[in-house]
Amino acid sequence: MSTSNSPAPAAEPGHSSSNGAPLLELRGITKRFGPVQALTRINFEIPPGQVTALAGDNGAGKSVTIKTIAGLWPPDEGEILWQGKPVHFHGPRDSEAAGITTIYQDLALCDNLDIVQNMFLGHERVTHLLLDEGSMELSAKETLKELHVVTIRSIRQPVASLSGGQRQSVAVAKAVMSKAKLVIMDEPTAALGVSQTRQVLDLIKRLASQGVAVMLVSHNLNDVFEVADRVVILYLGEMVAQGAASDFDPASVVDYMTTGRSSRAVGHSPVPHSAGRDE
Amino acid sequence: MMPDDEFSNPGVPSEIEEPPLSTELEEDQTAAPESDLDLTAADPAVLADSLGDYVNAQWRRIRSGESGALPIVAGLIVIIIFFQLERSKFGSALNLVNLFQQSSIYVLLGAAQLFALILSEIDLSVGFVLGVGGMIIAELIAPPVNFPWWLGILCGVGITAVIGYIQGTLITRLHVPSFVVTLAGLLFFEGVLIELATIDKQAVGGVISVSNSSVVYKLVNNNIPVGASWIILVVVVALFAFASLRRAAQRRAQGLSAPPLSVTLLTIAAAAIGGIALVYICSVNRGLLISLKGVPYVIPFVGLVLFAYSVMLGRTRLGRYMYAIGANPEAARRAGINVNRVRRIAFVFAAMTAGIGGLVYASFLGSVSTGVDGGDYTLYSVAAAVIGGASLFGGRGKPLHALLGGLVIGVVYNGLALMGISAAGQYIATAIVLLVAAAVDALVRRRGANVV
Repeated sequence: MSTSNSPAPAAEPGHSSSNGAPLLELRGITKRFGPVQALTRINFEIPPGQVTALAGDNGAGKSVTIKTIAGLWPPDEGEILWQGKPVHFHGPRDSEAAGITTIYQDLALCDNLDIVQNMFLGHERVTHLLLDEGSMELSAKETLKELHVVTIRSIRQPVASLSGGQRQSVAVAKAVMSKAKLVIMDEPTAALGVSQTRQVLDLIKRLASQGVAVMLVSHNLNDVFEVADRVVILYLGEMVAQGAASDFDPASVVDYMTTGRSSRAVGHSPVPHSAGRDE
Repeated sequence: MMPDDEFSNPGVPSEIEEPPLSTELEEDQTAAPESDLDLTAADPAVLADSLGDYVNAQWRRIRSGESGALPIVAGLIVIIIFFQLERSKFGSALNLVNLFQQSSIYVLLGAAQLFALILSEIDLSVGFVLGVGGMIIAELIAPPVNFPWWLGILCGVGITAVIGYIQGTLITRLHVPSFVVTLAGLLFFEGVLIELATIDKQAVGGVISVSNSSVVYKLVNNNIPVGASWIILVVVVALFAFASLRRAAQRRAQGLSAPPLSVTLLTIAAAAIGGIALVYICSVNRGLLISLKGVPYVIPFVGLVLFAYSVMLGRTRLGRYMYAIGANPEAARRAGINVNRVRRIAFVFAAMTAGIGGLVYASFLGSVSTGVDGGDYTLYSVAAAVIGGASLFGGRGKPLHALLGGLVIGVVYNGLALMGISAAGQYIATAIVLLVAAAVDALVRRRGANVV
């Protein structure tokens, strides 16, 4: 698979590429479950190094969309383009191998294992059949430092002892560690308090600034407008609007989420967008 | 944009917002500053800079629910002191060595059950798998088969491993809960045990004897010469010291935190003292008519098995995956771990360890009969693991816990027998110990969990 425009996590924060080539593109994705039409001809793009918010009310098809991207449920119609090429993911392993990591709400962490062990779960480094704890600990430390996760003082504590925000940070660091190019986060702030939400949103910005594309699934409009460069809105399984976050305001997003249209004029076209992150 | 170090932004009191897994905020305002509280559950060895820090960290950890092995060690000491005060004979070399020999079966049973418990499963068949393993070994090394001892052991333990594989496959393929599959195993292998004795024409009244000239018999009943015992001890302690010091040095060289030197040295000293006490007790002449001294072979044998399991569980991928699956099978699956394969392997280890227990059983009694109390042994295996500190809810427990739990059961049995208390009393006492251990464990853990 081509990695020509792969946004390797760069130390230099910046908007790595907005050259118009989307990292991921969905074209006419349709998914049915028996008589239920879950998704109808969904089209949208995810550019590298930016935060794309996927908004929509309950039942709009957000979960189906991310599970389709993750390869859990192959689409009935339409195609997924990853770095410009059509791909067929037959399971989460395929999408992860391509560089897509999905962080579900349950975070998939093992409470009894420590932070390093969780970050390397399934990808442990081994020398002479024995786990190479030292090297894994160093890399984990390095990754957390790059993400500026500084509230965790010992990375050898079990994740059971972490707060919700810290657990979210560990899950994100795990994704970064696996060299993910696109991190899909499903309602990352749903269960968090104010300051922990703040932490997670900052983490999302940092992730994007390192060149990783982030897809934020959320119906919390504060979060969306805080971090998103782009917004994609689903309504009853259809994509009703997408564009730069600056083209929307909370009122218009609510209109789209609840009725599928808005009286406000917004940009529907996926305009390459480069300067949405400066606040 | 936020400043770069936004996670430590003074405007966001993040440290105070993090609820640490500790009870200290509520119960001990004089304890360490709040910012340290989220460290409570970490291994103190990687946090402390000095011995004092280490002790503090360890104490915080116990209070926050990560009790480790200390409570059970304390409990064991209390029980030992109690029996010693009641019966001075308890502490005699003869009795203590006998106690070690008895306990080795419980320790192995606890280790067998540990593999199931770590994965949040249970293996109810270990008691009769032990019987079947012991019976096969005894039959194979006796006439008419007359296998050499090593081949008999290999076959016996190998067959129990196959038993574990079959049970594990039934559990993972048919999605039948391990409780049911191994409950069926409990009944089935009792039948197999009786059948094995029926087939063998050498079995008189369902009893197969183990010749006292065979290595199998000597495992428990013969002793390493005193001189060799001391030499082995010195070598083992030296290796342990070397490994501990080297590991700490390597971690420091990599720029990682390592336990302070004083802690490492104290650990080595504790291991040395324990070893010296053990070898010393075994070196006292405990014979009544003839001289009898030395460490029974079974002690280093069980030690070796537990050491191998500790390395496997603590330092290899397989072990890591077992703990991961025990805590969160879904997370393990998403991490790309073949969950069912690891489950099957765990049941292989459980049954195989029971088979090794069968070897020790055959050696200890010098015979195997259809009267192996597999039901009791199964329950003791759970008791040993749980008393030692393994969790019935999965993801927690080490071979060390099986050792401690097995010793507790051995001590209670031995002590009560010395006091002339009947079988009824022994059952009741074991039940109480089990309940107390489980209750203390649950209480300690709930204190930790409540604060989340």
